[in-house]
Parts: sequence; C-alpha cells; structure tokens
Amino acid sequence: MSASALAVIFGIVAAGTCIGLYAGSRRKMDLEQWTVGGRDFGLPLVWLLMAGEVYTTFTFLGASGWAYSKGAPALYILAYQPLAYVVSFYILPRIWDLGREHRVQTLADFFQVRYRSKHLAALVAAVGVVFLIPYLQLQLTGLGIIVEVASFQGIGRTPAMLLAFALVAAFVYTSGVRGVAWVSVLKDLLMLFAAVFVGIAIPYIYFGGIGPMFAALAHAHPGHLVMPGATKSLGHAWYISTVLLSALGFYMWPHAFAASLTARSAGTLRRNAVILPLYSITVPLILFVGLGATLILPGLSNGDLSLLMLVRKTFPAWFLGLIGGAGALTAMVPAASLILAAATLFTKNIYRPLFAATMSDAQVATLAKVLVLVITAIALVFAIYSSTTLVSLLLLGYAGVAQFFPGVVLGLYWRRVTRRGVSAGLLAGMAVVAALMLGKHDPLPGINAGFVALCVNFAVTAAISCLSRTEPGGFAEPRGERGAATAD
Amino acid sequence: MRKPRLASLLLGLIPFAGICFSVSLWDRVDPLILGLPFNFFWLIAWLGLTPLCMWGAYRLEAGRDADRPQRRQSDGAR
Repeated sequence: MSASALAVIFGIVAAGTCIGLYAGSRRKMDLEQWTVGGRDFGLPLVWLLMAGEVYTTFTFLGASGWAYSKGAPALYILAYQPLAYVVSFYILPRIWDLGREHRVQTLADFFQVRYRSKHLAALVAAVGVVFLIPYLQLQLTGLGIIVEVASFQGIGRTPAMLLAFALVAAFVYTSGVRGVAWVSVLKDLLMLFAAVFVGIAIPYIYFGGIGPMFAALAHAHPGHLVMPGATKSLGHAWYISTVLLSALGFYMWPHAFAASLTARSAGTLRRNAVILPLYSITVPLILFVGLGATLILPGLSNGDLSLLMLVRKTFPAWFLGLIGGAGALTAMVPAASLILAAATLFTKNIYRPLFAATMSDAQVATLAKVLVLVITAIALVFAIYSSTTLVSLLLLGYAGVAQFFPGVVLGLYWRRVTRRGVSAGLLAGMAVVAALMLGKHDPLPGINAGFVALCVNFAVTAAISCLSRTEPGGFAEPRGERGAATAD
Repeated sequence: MRKPRLASLLLGLIPFAGICFSVSLWDRVDPLILGLPFNFFWLIAWLGLTPLCMWGAYRLEAGRDADRPQRRQSDGAR
C-alpha cells in the first residue's frame, strides 16, 4: 500500500527535476543568467516565480499544522500575504529600476551600491545566509514529513531528507533560476489542485460541507476559532506585530528580492503586486483542513502532520502519493531558490570582495555551486537534530530578514540615511533578535520579538543617520532614463 | 527617482487598516457568513478587496507615467 504512494511521489519529483534540467540546459549559464535569469522574464513567469515563493511547505503543512495545534492565530498567514504585496507595490518597481541601472543581482549588492560600502554589503549577506538556513531547514523537515507519512512510517525521516535533497542540489547545480521558474509551473498547478480538492473534499466527507464543519467546531471548540486560540500569548497585539513584521519582511528574503529582479520591467512588478493577493485564496482551504483535523484526528503530537495524516486516513494510497508529490515539489522548488540565493550571497558579497578580489564571474559561479552542497548539508544537520514547528522556523527567519527593511526603504526614499546609521540599526536589530529569541522571550508580553527588534532597528538607523554627516548616496546620479520601463 | 503619490499611498493603507490594525473589531465567530466564522470571512473578503485598492493605486501611478513624460526627466535628477 505504501509502495504506490511513494511511487507516485517519486514520479512527480522526477518529472519536476526533468523540467528543471531541460529548462536550464537550453541556455548558456553565466552568473547573471544563473542568478537573475538574464532579467527577461515576462508577467507569467515572474508571477509564477513570485507566487511560488508563497507556496512552500510552510503553507501546505505549516499552515494546516498551526490551524490544528494553535487555531485562530494561524489566520496571520492569511493576513500577511496580501499586505506583503501591497508593500511590494511601493518598493519593488523602484528597486528594479535601480537594480538594472547599477547591475544589482543580490540584496547585498543593493546595499553595496546605495551605501557604497562592501563591508555593509558583506554584513547583509552574512545575516541573509544565516537566516535563510531556518527557511531551508523548514523545507527539509517538510519533505521528511511527507515521505515518512507516505511510506506509512516505513522510511525514516532522515534517509528521506537525504535522498530528496541530493535531488534538489543536483537540480540547482545544473539549472539555476530558469529551471526553478519552470518547475514552479508544475508545482503551482499541482498545489492548486491539491489545496482546492482537499480543502473542499475533507469538510464535505466528514461534515457535509464547510458550513456544517464550522458549526461543529464552534460547538466543540469555540475558543479555537478566535485569537489567541489554543495558546495563551498569541492575541491581537501578537497578530498585529507578526503581520507587520511578515508583510515588511517578505521581500527582504534574499531569494524573493532576487526573484523580483528577474522581471522584464518595473511595470511587470507593479501589475504583479495588484493581482497576487488573489493567489492566496488556497490558504483558507488549507486552514480548513487543519481545523477539521482537530475534530477528526484529535491528539496528534505534531500538528504539522495533520494534513497528510488526514489525507492518508480518507483517500486511497495513490491519492496520498499525488498530494505528497505536490507537497514534495512545494518543498524542493523553494529550497532550490533558497540555496541559490545563499550560495550567491556568500560568494559574490562576502568571499570575493573581502578575500579574493581578482576572482572572475566564472570562478564565482563555480564556487557558488560548491557552496550549494555545503549550505544544503548545514540545513540538513539542523533539520535532523531539531524539532520545532514549521511556523516557528519561518518566524525565526522573518525576525532576521525583516531587519533589512529599514536599510532598503530608507535607502530608496530618504536621502539623509547613512551607511553608519544602517549598519548600527542592523546590528542593534540583530542583537535584540538574538537576546529575545535565544533567551526564549518570544513573544515578549504578547508582541512578536522580531517586530520589537525591527522598531529598535528603525529608531537606531534614523538617530545615527541624523547625527552622522550627510554622505552621497550611490543612487545619486542616475545614468539614463528609466521611466519607459513602467509604461509597457 | 519619484516617490509614490500620497493618494496611492493612502490607497495602500486601506488594506493595512482592514486586515491588520482593526483585528479586535472583527476577530469573532458570529455572525457566521456563508458558513464561515466572521474573522475567516473578513480576511477572505480582503483577498479580493486588496487587489481593488491596489488597482486604484496602479491607475494613479501608471496615469502619472503616461500623462507627464517630461516630468520623469526632472524627477530622475532628484
């Protein structure tokens, strides 16, 4: 019985890998092509690449897992996604304009050009790499859960993760961002199908509809459906601070930032920002599954298993394979772009400028590919030895990457901001994150610790910038007219 | 480089008010609408309302690009 589920999963993963390899092999790969796809993706591909960022194992297993174990606080996932696109509307087109003008390929490049400091850029890159790792760990853990459940606990989580990530590494190694974009097509279609089908079918099979399911839930666990749900500390203040942190931090993920640079024009990004909130329509369906599971499968020790356990209980094995395969791709595709972003940041913004100034782009590309293996291995070790929930891993990552927001947004819109201000703010933010999160003070009296750090960061950045001497910003002299890019 | 217009920024603030800051006004189960608890219904509705607001902001920004080609020149030097 388990063999058929696994066969379907591996069939889907193999199909995805072939698409990625094929897409990657048709073009000559230089560094620009490998990292930002030659900057010529039109609306459909950018849509898929950016929307694909949202559809990770986090949404699939983590969102249903939190709906199961925590209840209404999981609504924050439904809230931050549309707001992240609202924020992107005001910053991404401008970043794209400047990015093309100054050949920006990574988030750290942006800091380098704007603040004319390779040390600040290296700091940004280092923080970026560190906080990409919990996100990568999340994808690995998700893959492990999928294979474990689909094999009816026949294959352990560790060998499953090893196997899947060998595939991801091979896939990144050969295809770069273009391969990732094309597998996103398959992944998003499967995911859309899986979410819609499961989200509607499960309530109908067990309760006769979504309405009756909520009536049953409201009767059995009324407290689960409003914040703070099954928790003590995740109330409204936590919701507001977490939604703000996530919405502001969303495009500060180095891979998401890099993905937006692959657009063909700033106008593409603006139109994307308008329509992408519609893409989150599957999130509530996934939350429904997690909520339904509280009545159908009470007492699971790990909520992240709830969606798959429910599918396994309800449907035949091949169908579990189909859902598992969709889930596996939603782990592998984002994992690939995370690895790609981390490797590029390390080689291009840390290693080359600080230790090997004469390296050519070709050598950087080679080193980046070696690093793919190193970074994957680090995340694998963390995934094997830690046991936090998927959502907690993501929130840890957000607490880190959101600290780039003041440097980016003030860099775009405030001429007085200085390199010293941004460096001090970033370091202060990091210090607060480390102190609160390592000291287990998250949430700090009902407020997300990462958000507290972000406020400190903003205040320090602004204060030090006002105190330090004005310095010429790197975007001061635009070379040529870019307005045409927004007109198409 | 241009800053976004105030009007388009205000349009972007509407989803923030509806989805985020007003949470204590809508985070309740009753009334159930279309079978959904009120908080779920509210947030799902905003998945559609947010693009509407941003479409307005898009028209404002795109209209500005189309109407005043010469303005981009002067803005570019800022």
